[in-house]
Parts: sequence; structure tokens; C-alpha cells
Amino acid sequence: MQTIIFALLALVCLFSAIMVVTRKNPVYSILYLVLTFFCFAGFYVMLGATFLAAIQILVYAGAIMVLFLFVVMMLNLREPEELEGKSSLLQTLGVVAGIGFGLLLLAFLGRTPGAGVPPFQPGEEAFVIGGAKNLGKLLFTEFVLPFEIAGVLLLAAVIGAVALAKKKRV
Amino acid sequence: MMIGLNHYLVLAALLFTIGVVGVLTRRNVLIILMSVELMLNAANLTLIAFSHFLVNAVGMVFVFFSMTVAAAEVGIGLAIVVTIFRNTESLDISKLNLLKH
Repeated sequence: MQTIIFALLALVCLFSAIMVVTRKNPVYSILYLVLTFFCFAGFYVMLGATFLAAIQILVYAGAIMVLFLFVVMMLNLREPEELEGKSSLLQTLGVVAGIGFGLLLLAFLGRTPGAGVPPFQPGEEAFVIGGAKNLGKLLFTEFVLPFEIAGVLLLAAVIGAVALAKKKRV
Repeated sequence: MMIGLNHYLVLAALLFTIGVVGVLTRRNVLIILMSVELMLNAANLTLIAFSHFLVNAVGMVFVFFSMTVAAAEVGIGLAIVVTIFRNTESLDISKLNLLKH
């Protein structure tokens, strides 16, 4: 059962990820990326990270992708086709380099100690640690300083985004 | 067949590779930003898989912070995209060659 769900999610995830990087129109890319993020949330649930799955859907599929859509709407793109198509040599080289990089990653995984051992399954405890209760406890005790710094980082990002996108006064 | 750590690692590696190919081949700034998001998520999946199979929640806390940084990055990145579009009237990164001349 678990295997079937994993296989289905993985297939949908890989398909929509490939669609993200191959579509000409950015709007379709964004919609496929939302699908990819939902698949990621599914994996997180399978791994017991229920809180992070909720955050994934709320923040990534909800907020970030809507931001992307708003930017596409604001920019008022007329013809997305004329952007691509030039310098196919560079594109071919890019694909070759990317696939080489992927093979390198897989080779590293294959040579990691313990790569060939049959998969073991962690106990029931592994499905408890990813809940909101345990993560909240960790965030406000052991990781309270990084938590505050993350807040400052978000404030800086908001100010920076406003400063960048503001129209210059002439 | 049970799904183990290796399956998740291979899947994350494949997704990361798709992201790398996207960054290397596309010239639309928006799609490059989306490929970067894809790579960030693949790394997050690796962290959560390790966290689950080693029964240690610190990896999940790390993913929490990684998502915060990703949100900040997208905010700034899209502001830069808007600025690029305002200056060059297009999203083509090959037109951003001011420093070349």
C-alpha cells in the first residue's frame, strides 16, 4: 500500500516537475509547480512530518505561488513564445550538463556506506516527532535564537522588496 | 517492497536534477526562479527523509528555517524580476548584458 502511494506520488511529482521546466507559458509552469508542491506535501505526510506538510501547502502552494501568479499578471506578458528558441546549442549543453550532474549525485548515493542494505523502518516514534507539538517545543526552546533571527530576516526581506519594486521618483 | 531512505534520496536527486536543467536551459527569469524553488524543495525532502529514518526532529526544524529563507528569497527575487521587466521590457536574461560591454 505504502509502495503504491509512493510510486504514484513520485510519478506525478517527476512528471509535473518536468512540465515546469519545459512549458513555454510561465502560467502553466506555475500551475504545474503547485501540483509538484502538493506531491511534496504528500511525501512529508508519508514521512510523518505533518506540520511541515501543512506549512508546505499553506506557504508554498498558497502564498508563494500566488505571488508568482500576481507578478505574471502584473507584467502583462504578450507573447511568451518569442523568448525561447534561440541558441539551441547552449540549451543542449545545459541539458547534458544537468544530466551529468544528476548522474554524479546518483553515483554519490550509490557509493555511500550502507547504500545497498535493505530498507529498515523506524518505529512508531518517527511519526510523532514531526507533529506540531514536538516541533513547537523544539522551536521555542533549543532553536529560539534562530527563530528570532528568521523573523528579522523576513522583516529585512519585506523592506528590501518594497525598496526594490518602488517606482523611482524622477 | 518497503520504501526506505534510498528511495527518497534518489527521488530528491532526480527532482534536483530537473531543477538544475531548468536553470541551465531556460532564459525566462520567472521559470529560472521556479527551478530554484524546485531545487530547494528537493533539498528539503532529503532533510525530512533523513530526519524520519534517523528519528531525529532537528532536520525538520532545519526545513522550517529553510522554508522561511525561501519565502524571503522569493519576495526579493520577484521584486528584482519586476525591476528587470521595468528596465528591459522583457523577461529574457540574455538581454541583461550591461556588464559585458
